[in-house]
Amino acid sequence: MTMEGKIQQISVFARNEPGRIKRITEVLSCEKINIRAITIASGDDYGVIKLLVSDPRRAYRVLKREGFSVALNKVIAVQMEDKPGGLYRLLEILAENGINVEDAYGFVIKSGETAVLVINVKDIEKGIKILSQQPVKLLVEKDLYEL
Amino acid sequence: MEEGKNSIEFIRREELEKIQVNRLKKTIERANNSPFYKNIFKKEGIHPEDIRCTDDIRKLPFTTREDLRENFPFGFIALPLNKIVRVHTSTGTTGKPKAIFFSKRDVDEAAGLIARCMRMTGAGPGDVFQNMMSYGLFTGGLVFHYGAEKAGVLVIPAGAGNTEKQIELMRDFKTTIVHITPSYALYLADILEEKGIDPEEELNLRIVYLGAEPYSQKTREKIEKIYGVNAFNCYGLSEMNGPGVGFECPLKDGLHIWEDNFILEVVDPLTGEPLPDGKEGELVLTTINREAMPIIRYRTGDITFIYPQVCGCGRTHRKISPIKGRTDDMFIIKGVNVFPSEVERVLMDTPEVARNYQIVIERERSLDIMRIRVEIKKRFFDGSLEHLKELQEKIKSKVKSELMVTPRVELLEPGTLPRTTGKSKRVIDKRRL
Ligand SMILES: [Zn+2]
Repeated sequence: MTMEGKIQQISVFARNEPGRIKRITEVLSCEKINIRAITIASGDDYGVIKLLVSDPRRAYRVLKREGFSVALNKVIAVQMEDKPGGLYRLLEILAENGINVEDAYGFVIKSGETAVLVINVKDIEKGIKILSQQPVKLLVEKDLYEL
Repeated sequence: MEEGKNSIEFIRREELEKIQVNRLKKTIERANNSPFYKNIFKKEGIHPEDIRCTDDIRKLPFTTREDLRENFPFGFIALPLNKIVRVHTSTGTTGKPKAIFFSKRDVDEAAGLIARCMRMTGAGPGDVFQNMMSYGLFTGGLVFHYGAEKAGVLVIPAGAGNTEKQIELMRDFKTTIVHITPSYALYLADILEEKGIDPEEELNLRIVYLGAEPYSQKTREKIEKIYGVNAFNCYGLSEMNGPGVGFECPLKDGLHIWEDNFILEVVDPLTGEPLPDGKEGELVLTTINREAMPIIRYRTGDITFIYPQVCGCGRTHRKISPIKGRTDDMFIIKGVNVFPSEVERVLMDTPEVARNYQIVIERERSLDIMRIRVEIKKRFFDGSLEHLKELQEKIKSKVKSELMVTPRVELLEPGTLPRTTGKSKRVIDKRRL
């Protein structure tokens, strides 16, 4: 059952080296997989590269075949107006409801118009429930293809 | 001549020591024909008559790797060249190689020791033995090969590397025994896994001889589990014929050294003082059954101890512990002696990391830093940076509590570190550069 708001995020474990990220994007572009968003969470010598892509399951297989350490996780994606303070307010609401946000990042689709916020939480169902009461649009994977 | 419970393996200690004294005297006589020892014996006034018991060996000077190198190639030869039938060389990490010469009798005796080791582990006619050690100048190939033939097994001289071929050979000939380095055994296991071949189900292996590199008990257990075999530790060095100097019996607790062929001592690596059985130090070996190139009190550089008690298998030849490390691999960091094998033990206890690791020692503003670089297992990665950080902390605190040194831990993508098929270089000490 796909519930609104849940999308698949690709995470890749890679050493902190520009060449590695380049390789990831090359691999995906060869396969005609579009990258919608990319963010890097960094340890000292390594990083976890998180990607939203047009075809996450295929991206997962392709990267794995290329020898990358890949994981596929469910995250929440919401679409909202690109207004100052918008992201912060959402995170605040989650915190008030006892939802611990492990990681979040946003990307803008049309400057000054639409932004997408990606949120990693442990209890994804509860997170969705709370956000669905807010004036935001919860995205499904199909939406990502069409962005 | 040498089989069964009445064999030399179970000889009474007093008898064994008599053999040792006689053979040591003879060795001094022979060695006196070599330019190197002739010179030393003359200078120090050493005669065969000085030897009345095995402890008298302490009157003799040590021989070092540098001696072998400086007298390369012929300085240690105790026979005319026309009596010599084979030479092996070994290259260290630095400098000139060492050359080891064999007479026809030496080749035969060395093979006899290997055959003895193999029979001890239950190998014999009917077994198919695939020797995955490098043939050529390295003793692990040829010397073991001759011994295996003597033991009556079918020998496949596969040599090192070429993993595809190794797998094909194992399947075609239904190999039951392999001789392999532990790092290659683990590498091969990875490849088998990638190919979807279950080593326990689809191969016929029952015995694995692990040699040429020190490794931990955990590594051995891992290999035994993956392949569903009995893995035996074997110890050797080219200076002492090569493989088969020390070998585990079925009890797999320590390696018997064939004392009718070698006199063993353990000494303090710094002072050279002999240490009592049970005390850890540097292994010193003397060949007492070799004619082309006798070597007396050779400083092996290998760290071990002699078991003080008699082995439960009944063999009277004493045992040494698995090699803990090398005197020259050992590094001192913040005043603490560290052996790479201790780090390896911690890593083997950590299921999230793979088998490959590297230790880099650096100096930062006059402070020594140990950096452990280790590959994570693909299936451990779940996308969470937090979990990676937790793993880093876990390894760090484990190493700290076991070794008293706080390391930096660097997590790597699988496949980052070079996979080795031979002796692997685990420690990179950048302080000397
Ligand atoms: Zn025994």
